[in-house]
Amino acid sequence: MNDRRVMVYTRFERFWHWAQAFLIMFLAMTGFEIHDSFHFFGFDQAVRYHNAAAIALIVLIALAIFWHFTTGEWRQYLPTRHRIRAQVEYYLIGIFRDAPHPTKKTVLSKLNPLQKLVYLGLKVLVIPVMVISGLLYMSYRYPQRYGIEALNIDGLGTIAIVHTAGAFLLMTFVVAHIYLTTTGRTPTSNLEAMITGCEELDSADDVAAALETPAQREQPCEINT
Amino acid sequence: MQRVVFPLALLAAVMALVVVGRLTERPTRPSELVELKQEFSTKPIASVDHAKLTALQAEFTSPQQVTDACLSCHTERGQEVMASSHWNWEREEFVEGHGIRKLGKKNVLNNYCVGVSSNLEACDKCHAGYGFVDTGFDFHSPSNIDCLVCHDTSGTYAKQGSGMPVAAVNLQLVAQHVGKTSRATCGTCHFFGGGGNNVKHGDLEQVLFDPPREVDVHMSSAGANLECADCHRTQNHQMHGKLYSVSSMNRNRSACTDCHSDRPHEDNIINEHTLKVACQTCHIPTYAKDAATKVAWDWSTAGKLRDGEPYEEKDAAGNIQYMSEKGTFTWQQNAAPEYAWFNGTAGHYFLGETVSDEKPIAINELHGDYHDSDAQIVPVKVHRGKQLYDSVNQMLIQPKLVSREKGAGAFWKDFDWDRAADAGMKSVGLTYSGQHRFVATEMSWPINHMVAPKEQALTCAACHTRNASRLQGLAGFYMPGRDRSLAVDRMGAGLIGLTFAGVVLHGLGRIVSHRRHPTRQS
Repeated sequence: MNDRRVMVYTRFERFWHWAQAFLIMFLAMTGFEIHDSFHFFGFDQAVRYHNAAAIALIVLIALAIFWHFTTGEWRQYLPTRHRIRAQVEYYLIGIFRDAPHPTKKTVLSKLNPLQKLVYLGLKVLVIPVMVISGLLYMSYRYPQRYGIEALNIDGLGTIAIVHTAGAFLLMTFVVAHIYLTTTGRTPTSNLEAMITGCEELDSADDVAAALETPAQREQPCEINT
Repeated sequence: MQRVVFPLALLAAVMALVVVGRLTERPTRPSELVELKQEFSTKPIASVDHAKLTALQAEFTSPQQVTDACLSCHTERGQEVMASSHWNWEREEFVEGHGIRKLGKKNVLNNYCVGVSSNLEACDKCHAGYGFVDTGFDFHSPSNIDCLVCHDTSGTYAKQGSGMPVAAVNLQLVAQHVGKTSRATCGTCHFFGGGGNNVKHGDLEQVLFDPPREVDVHMSSAGANLECADCHRTQNHQMHGKLYSVSSMNRNRSACTDCHSDRPHEDNIINEHTLKVACQTCHIPTYAKDAATKVAWDWSTAGKLRDGEPYEEKDAAGNIQYMSEKGTFTWQQNAAPEYAWFNGTAGHYFLGETVSDEKPIAINELHGDYHDSDAQIVPVKVHRGKQLYDSVNQMLIQPKLVSREKGAGAFWKDFDWDRAADAGMKSVGLTYSGQHRFVATEMSWPINHMVAPKEQALTCAACHTRNASRLQGLAGFYMPGRDRSLAVDRMGAGLIGLTFAGVVLHGLGRIVSHRRHPTRQS
């Protein structure tokens, strides 16, 4: 079986994933402290860390966008209706009967149809809303004076409430996301894949196809014998 | 492909960092405080020793003779003083809703001893002149200017009611020791507004004669050791700065930014606050730091006598709680100010103006709100009064309080509100209907003095917190930490909670079903 281990997540992808995971959790922690949900760093430090982490996340997102387009990986997120029903039924019924996973993970198609939908939603809706509302929040210079007149925002209310709502959505995603990592081949196989990059594929054809990609040639997965 | 991707990605990252760096550049002036310390460490040395002047060798028998001697050299200074509010106790101001009015101690009401009209023989003690005991005072006679009360450096000068120096003052000695004004001279009047130490202002008290650094970082000899006139810079006897108990317009205000920049902090986020938050708000965390100040005065209880005699009661700290002459007082020491939006203009209640008493009457309403680009949040001492009101004519009453003898209608002698109201209103050309009640009034005293050392400044969480925010009372804008949408918070927490419950149930379901059919695990 082990000869089916191939590189599913490249080095950059894994770096991007974990850096993003850390930054989003850190932003949530500092952000909810700014929201006075709890006290840990102190308000002033929370603001400082939140702003720094926000800039780091924006840089990371810029890199990730660049990576997605240069590698063509953005196609992974193209939504499909194909098997979406099967995927829902799997999570609701099949998983309790040890039915086979309805979507085969391949290097060319890593995401199941529900993942495609949810990740696309994050990428085109939640993250942009958080980045834009966050930037407005940060660059907000109070009404009228010293600000750019065209960007004259008379109050933080709407911006802040949208930003808070987005934070709740992201945290909801994190809860579900972490849980769903346990639904792979084994409870930890998805996690291991995101750490080592290597994962077992089901079909020998997919493995053969995967071994043709440049990533595999540069970072081959160790094959344990 | 990869060969191009990584250099390009690196370039993009560097460019992003440069852009971010440019956008968040901090314009700081680290040398500002150093420059100010250098400027104020050089104290002026007098160029004239007045003790050597022949004009001041005379045996003065009246203070007016001293003034004449001053004016014999400083020939035009008399005209300057007579154009000042220290002399006139009024200045022309535009007051919203009233137009251009002469406004000042002479004619405004307050909610302490109500007003100087009809009580001049006591209030005159703090007039920069001699003998302003009634409306007959000649404001065009320079001989009546009191130069010494401001320019004495001997520390032996003192005034009494009627504005004359007390008998013990050696006029020749004082005249020979005149010089620049100081905390000592300004303080003799301004620290005792309301008739006692710190009674009125709350941020001007006798501890400022020689304050510890924690009380006032500017005026302490352990700090910059500034005199009042270092900020209240004065030219031709016109002082820089004024207070809104007696003024209305956004002009001639003394500001922190007269010396400091408006972006003095290293942290740009804090600098941004200066657009909407006055320096004083964070840097004067408490006022009345040494002696208590009066925060409420209820005149309605005044007049109770014991065995036909007036009496007073003090609290444990020695502050007067009740006085037959004045009623009931509330005091606060080391008090947190209230906060208000303030754009530099204030309204005023004028004598004779009809006003409803449905809600507390604002004696000097501070104008401004969040949307006003000129307004900042400022700390304020609010003094709450309960004072005499003509129920029929619907106006505040200027009562007569002071008199040398009984029978003139003065409340402090006769303890009869109707007679005091009648005599007082007559003296200002108004009539008293004969019906009175006591109504709630509020007076706002922006807090500007007693700036604390920076380590004592308020920190973020003093305001940016849900429950005990210092700015709890200011509405109409969103402040992070204090404000939220309760609906969004509840829905958000509910969504996370439901998801969490969902994954726990789903996981338990998987464990249970896996035990029943242990098939796929290899």
